[in-house]
Amino acid sequence: MIIRRFYEWPSESTAFSELNRMRSEMESLFGRLAESLPTGFGPGVFPLINVTEDDDRLYVRAELPGVKANELEISATGNSLSIGGERKVAPESEAASYHRREREAGAFRRTITLPTDIDFNRVEAHYNNGILTVTLPKAELAKPKQITVKAA
Amino acid sequence: METQELQAREKREVTNPAEQTKAGVVFTPPVDIFETPSEITVLADMPGVNAEHLTVDLRDNVLTLTGDVEPPEGPNERVVLRQYQTGRYFRQFSLSEAIDQEKVEANLTDGVLRLKLPKVAAAQPRRITVKSG
Repeated sequence: MIIRRFYEWPSESTAFSELNRMRSEMESLFGRLAESLPTGFGPGVFPLINVTEDDDRLYVRAELPGVKANELEISATGNSLSIGGERKVAPESEAASYHRREREAGAFRRTITLPTDIDFNRVEAHYNNGILTVTLPKAELAKPKQITVKAA
Repeated sequence: METQELQAREKREVTNPAEQTKAGVVFTPPVDIFETPSEITVLADMPGVNAEHLTVDLRDNVLTLTGDVEPPEGPNERVVLRQYQTGRYFRQFSLSEAIDQEKVEANLTDGVLRLKLPKVAAAQPRRITVKSG
């Protein structure tokens, strides 16, 4: 990226170097998920996802209204998760005349790289009220360990 | 037949909803509305809404759909990536046909509301005989 190189030149402007430092921190923080971040212009990859975590698990959620649970294909490897399927909008009777047609149908597949390694044997997926929740237990090595400081 | 690829779309936020008394974002659910000679059907995508939190209101030919979504995240979860927001769904339609309120049916499956609005049986045209007196 040209702009970034430009900012890396020694400069007297502390504001710029501060911004640059913040950005590189942000990039390292989100780096591995960056490819799945919405760009802000143009549609991203369907479905849009929210990822959260607690100490033991990662949670990936997606809004997939009207998709049948048994028509979802979910697979996981050591650090990636793939969600695929098809959303169908059943045709209505021929006598129907449409006033609005905003709901879309189609196939989708999305693969995301997870920020930590996961125990892919214990991944669970639930579908409820049109929301898919995939629970991914973190691999033992990726879990934070509490370290006790011993007094001498 | 080739299947179309679904494109991600940001949820449409309501810019000027009727006065809301609850804080938080409000979204417009995408809908299909179609009509047959006997009824009007409304299909609305409202993921995350369960039947208890969905209100369908029909009065003075104005149909109002309101769905509240509880945040699905647990209390100890930290956000890693957020691509969509959750919040209330709200949409209003004014119907041109008289609806038989007694026979309205609403069904919520997999986050999709299917609302059947049967039309009132059209008043039969009646011939009026003019009597000469």
